[in-house]
Amino acid sequence: MTNLPLLLSAAINWHTVFFYLVSFAACGFALAMVVSNNVVRMAFFLVISLAATSGLIFLTGAHFVGAMQLMIYVGGTVVLLIFGVMLTAQQAFISMKTKAGDWILALIVGGSLLALLTQIAFSVPAWRTSNYQAQLQAEVTAAEEEIIAAMAADNRTELTPEEEARLRPLLAKLKYGQPGLTSQVGLGLVGVRADQPELDSPGYAGYLLPFEIVSVHLLVVLIGAAYLARSKRSVSPTGEGGH
Amino acid sequence: MADYFSTWLPEGWDWVGWLVAAVIQAILLLHVIAVGAVVFIWLERKVAGRIQDRLGPTRTGGKFGWLQTLADGIKLLGKEDLMPTDADSLLFKLAPYISLTASFAAFMALPFASDWVGVRLNIGLFFILAVLGLEVFGVILAGYGSGSKWSLFGGMRQAAQVVSYEVPLGICVVVPVMIAGTMDLVTIGDQQAGLFSNWLFFHDPFCMILFWVYFTCGIASVNRAPFDLAEAESELVAGFLTEYSGIRWSLFFMAEYGSMFLVSGLAAILFFGGWNGPIPIFFWVPEGNFPLETLANLVGLGNFMLKASIGVLVMMWVRWTLPRLRIDQVITMCLKYCVPIAAFCFVGSLIWTAAHLPFLNDVLPMQARADVREGWVQDIDDRMQRLEKRLATEAYELNSAVEGGPQQEAQVSDDIDAADRVAAKSTRAQEEAR
Repeated sequence: MTNLPLLLSAAINWHTVFFYLVSFAACGFALAMVVSNNVVRMAFFLVISLAATSGLIFLTGAHFVGAMQLMIYVGGTVVLLIFGVMLTAQQAFISMKTKAGDWILALIVGGSLLALLTQIAFSVPAWRTSNYQAQLQAEVTAAEEEIIAAMAADNRTELTPEEEARLRPLLAKLKYGQPGLTSQVGLGLVGVRADQPELDSPGYAGYLLPFEIVSVHLLVVLIGAAYLARSKRSVSPTGEGGH
Repeated sequence: MADYFSTWLPEGWDWVGWLVAAVIQAILLLHVIAVGAVVFIWLERKVAGRIQDRLGPTRTGGKFGWLQTLADGIKLLGKEDLMPTDADSLLFKLAPYISLTASFAAFMALPFASDWVGVRLNIGLFFILAVLGLEVFGVILAGYGSGSKWSLFGGMRQAAQVVSYEVPLGICVVVPVMIAGTMDLVTIGDQQAGLFSNWLFFHDPFCMILFWVYFTCGIASVNRAPFDLAEAESELVAGFLTEYSGIRWSLFFMAEYGSMFLVSGLAAILFFGGWNGPIPIFFWVPEGNFPLETLANLVGLGNFMLKASIGVLVMMWVRWTLPRLRIDQVITMCLKYCVPIAAFCFVGSLIWTAAHLPFLNDVLPMQARADVREGWVQDIDDRMQRLEKRLATEAYELNSAVEGGPQQEAQVSDDIDAADRVAAKSTRAQEEAR
């Protein structure tokens, strides 16, 4: 019984509690969006699901990416979507019935994507556990003990610059999550693995080319959308051609 | 705060400290909105009365009619809660809460004095802007969910206005961030400590113009007159609020007053030194002096509240003075005037800063500002120093334990010898017994 407080503090890990809460909200409202028939409600569920996703990103400590998600997807894209829905939704389109064929197609596509993502997620060893904070604490404690041993062995009371350089990011991580995460993602995109500096093959692990292809693709989609959405009425001398 | 509570608790009960701190902070923030709304609604009536040459509330609560808001609240609670039959019941019921939640969530990252903030985020300003952008959902859902054409029109107009005014607002906010070199609101405020000329409003002439653009966009983004045609009484009945009654209606207004305070508070931090008064009392407080620092922070809190309330007062003054703009005038104002002026000031301020041109703000101690900018690193430095001290003492104890004993070591070896001898004796005895 003496260990009860310690046990409790291990059990009530707020990071984990919030992770489950927010991730259930994200998945639950995504599901609700799929099942719902009303267009506006779908958009609303999408909003909550995306906001919960940004909450997940906040939990990982990448605050900037989380706020970006909130601003671009929730505040920007979905507002436009709701605008579009509100402007176009007439009586017939407000409640949509999905055909059986669509269901099957969607299930195949979504299911295969889910299978792929699950496999990828569980192939990363660090992602198999949800106890991130405790692991981090253990890492810091191990580093501290190693340094104490080194200090005791050399009979000194001050840290060497190398030891300081090792402890400082750990402390920052413990307090603020991952402060450098955004820049690491950016560097990773252009092929610099900031998390593995010993990997001396720059350009090998980069995603710059796929990133550029995706952005050009998006641009093409935008132009296509503008083309499709332009005024259909063309002025012809014979008076034909207009709809 | 959580650290403070944790010192009172036994080992392993830290989470209780965190929980208590979180609850206290949440309740405090809620009261900023709730009590603020009570005061501001009364103030709005008084201001309107004075500007339009009448008295405003006088009967309820004796002097100045100070109980008027409470009476209003009781009246609103007693009203029947109506919902049109055509309404989408889920969205209709949720909409006011979404507005209120968005307004409330933004307060989480708003500092009230130096480091007196719910969550100190490295990107606090960006977070507040992102969350404020969510308020438009409440409006859209209220407009759509009511199932009435007045509400739908009002919601559409309002959403168009809020979304378009986010553009100049974003540009305006970039300039203080650029000058301060950080998006951490606590740091931006701390950098303006000292004489009032250190406030970013006096940084360069472009900042002086920019503040007014920011304030205009702020008024528009919280849907106040002269930009409130979305709820125009004459044309649209009451816009997206047409079908709401009773407590749901008042939740929308609580969100509006919360947002007003938020936008004014943000203006105070970005342009008017936040919690720093015109006289640098923070400089005279010795660092680490607990009661004096708290006292200085309390004065800072008063400063901040005063500045933000003055902003709200100006918003009321504007509301009861200027006529309402038409929708085309609203959009023209945003796209033809606010955006170009903000962009021009952005470039001007950029050049001014890059060229180190002098202005009022020049008396400011540059080194002090640079020091504060590194506040985030400072915090880690403090932690590092504490850890270093601890590691050093532990290593010292370990050292002294090793050094302190040739005798100890000898003792240990003696003990081992003795144990060996005992074991040898016992084996011999066993052999003999056989």
